[in-house]
Amino acid sequence: MSEKTVLLDHGSGGLASQQLISDLFLKYLDSPILRSLEDSAILDNQPGRLAFTTDSYVVDPLFFPGGDIGKLAVHGTINDLAMRGARPLCLSLGLILEEGFPLADLEKVIISIAEACNETGTPIVTGDTKVVPRGKADKVFINTSGIGHVDEDIDISSKNAKEGDAIILSGTMGDHGITIMTRRAGISVQGNLLSDTMPLHRLVAILLKELPHGSIHSLRDPTRGGVASTLNEVAENSGLCIEISDEALPVRPEVNAACELLGLEPLYLANEGKCLVVVSGNQADKALEVMRSTPEGKEAAIIGHLIAGKAGRVIINTPVGGARVVMPLHGMPLPRIC
Amino acid sequence: MKYVDEYRDSTLAKPLVDELQRAVTKPLRVMEVCGSHTMAIFRNGLRTILPEGMELVSGPGCPVCVTSASHMDAFIAMADQPGVRVTIFGDLFRVPGTHTSLAIASSRGAKVDIVYSPMDALDLAEKNPGELVIFLGVGFETTTPGIAATILAAKNRNISNFVVFSTQKLMPPPMIALLSDPALKIDGLLCPGHVSSIIGAGAWEPLAKDYNLACVVGGFETADLLKSLILLAKQVGSEEIKVENVYPRAVAWEGNARACKMVDEIFKPTDMDWRGLGNIPLSGLKIRSKYSSFDAEQRLDIDLPKAEEPKGCMCGEILKGLSTPNECPLFDTRCTPANPIGPCMVSSEGTCAAYHKYGRDL
Amino acid sequence: MCLAIPMRVTKVQGDPDDFLSNQIATVDADGISKEIRLDIIDHWPAVGDYVIIHAGFAIHSLIEEEALKNISLLRELAENTPEELLS
Repeated sequence: MSEKTVLLDHGSGGLASQQLISDLFLKYLDSPILRSLEDSAILDNQPGRLAFTTDSYVVDPLFFPGGDIGKLAVHGTINDLAMRGARPLCLSLGLILEEGFPLADLEKVIISIAEACNETGTPIVTGDTKVVPRGKADKVFINTSGIGHVDEDIDISSKNAKEGDAIILSGTMGDHGITIMTRRAGISVQGNLLSDTMPLHRLVAILLKELPHGSIHSLRDPTRGGVASTLNEVAENSGLCIEISDEALPVRPEVNAACELLGLEPLYLANEGKCLVVVSGNQADKALEVMRSTPEGKEAAIIGHLIAGKAGRVIINTPVGGARVVMPLHGMPLPRIC
Repeated sequence: MKYVDEYRDSTLAKPLVDELQRAVTKPLRVMEVCGSHTMAIFRNGLRTILPEGMELVSGPGCPVCVTSASHMDAFIAMADQPGVRVTIFGDLFRVPGTHTSLAIASSRGAKVDIVYSPMDALDLAEKNPGELVIFLGVGFETTTPGIAATILAAKNRNISNFVVFSTQKLMPPPMIALLSDPALKIDGLLCPGHVSSIIGAGAWEPLAKDYNLACVVGGFETADLLKSLILLAKQVGSEEIKVENVYPRAVAWEGNARACKMVDEIFKPTDMDWRGLGNIPLSGLKIRSKYSSFDAEQRLDIDLPKAEEPKGCMCGEILKGLSTPNECPLFDTRCTPANPIGPCMVSSEGTCAAYHKYGRDL
Repeated sequence: MCLAIPMRVTKVQGDPDDFLSNQIATVDADGISKEIRLDIIDHWPAVGDYVIIHAGFAIHSLIEEEALKNISLLRELAENTPEELLS
């Protein structure tokens, strides 16, 4: 018996589509608004300011140690909301499926999405599915958009970063990027490499609650391009210079070893469960203590400061007392051997 | 990592920095031959703490940088052929040929796979029997033995759809060619560590003897680099010129005979084009006729046209250590890592890329 | 050029004198592991030895004695630096 796969019929809008929705999507992603199957979701009685974001997810392989495309699609959008100080409220889910994609794999992805939604208390309230002919997409592409609440007095933006602010990284660098890269044929590495995909909204909520109002200036999640590229954006947007310490950067030993083997730098690898917190210098120790008390931030470290200097520049101080400039990533990181 | 972290220990490195300050008693120019040395020096920020009077210039030891545009053009032409899959080290992906690159060929539909080892390329050939899998061989003495072993494995495993295009290069011939140029003024050579693992620290003796050049074979971690520079400064100061090996954990004086024998079985010396340096007699390796069925040049009809060096690009002078990237009119203007013109900008260990990434004024 | 790192041998397969045997070692470092080739190594390693890896091949068996001597010489040099010169 051949395995059941996604057919072009599943995207037809007809009975096959309805069956997919009722047998698979509603089975796992049930919420009263989604169940109504209207053309759009109505969100009643929403107070105040809303944050709104969207992101698309394409990853090969779909399933990897520490996560899968479903978890990424929920966590990534929640984190984008959290980085503006928003409390996530709900998500949309758009799926582009390749004809021939095994339904069992699709089910695994949907279950994973449901788990992440339940765990974060963020339901899927509207969605869409399209099927494209085999070869026109790679298995499954996901888009999620998210809406969150932002309190009236919250103003978090990288342009708010000020001279003297400290920069705290919530945990180790490069775990996601190296995990994905070393799954590829040709450059595979075995071992304890795990994606760090995780939602950060709780960490952000605790920080905002525990620290004096206005002391958190900016929050950024260093996804593609890594910490190096995100720091460059903060330096650029704030018109300041950033100085970080090589020795302060948290990197897991196995990530470091894989980077040494493949000629990569953890500073340039993607993270999916980390944030950079720019906080008033006098609140840095308090922020670090709060972050370290959470599961998401237990390995947090102060990695540097904003200083006066050439606007937009990021400098790293090396253990021997030297210094160099940290440039943003150009193109994708490639393993090198020579 | 054991045998790495100890050598990065800042409590070890800081006194060595002071020692280096004292060791430099007169002005000296040192060439670091190896691209990985260039990268490691920049990564450590060593250039910002060098003693006054000590100057570091980068030599021709980045294999991607010295791959000629005509070889790149040939690689791209092969990748464009139907039924072909080319396999490369990641560094080669964005290297420009005369008009285009493998990255652009890939976007047009060419099959280009990045591998960690030539052995991974052989596995790809075994898995895809309907395709001709070409491994684009670049690199120096360190990389060539593994490529030789892969060719032998292809023969033993009867994999007939695997071929290698060899642009393998040897390190001593271009060094001798460079040193014969009176314009090049260097006092010491930081000899490439892992090339020396294969050919031995003793292979540099002719350079020390015939050209009165201080030679130190060094490793790649902070303490290795500092110790190497200290010894180079001391040699130049004392005028007692010789080859010293401060990387004995990876380099034996006599090298790796087993690897050399493997190379000799598969390859023979040939004249080779170097980007920026031109054709250097017997500075390259080609596959012996006994293994011609694994030689891409023999299996495919490959035309190696004369390629033009990009106008205004100073990669040639930079590779010779006669100019620094800052002196090139294209550097950081028209030529950037996102849009490289010369090969020194393409490879992350290329001199220009290293200057761009780490060497901007602070 | 020529990125290479030391890793510890955890398993050795094949016969050093027979190129037709699969000359493979499993090596690890800090929680990652990889299968690498021993076809071109200078001295056949035993489990627990460290080898220098480049592009999937072990190119050198690290001699522990040399490494320890090397590091202790560096330490000596560092420790003998007169105090007043230390910044």
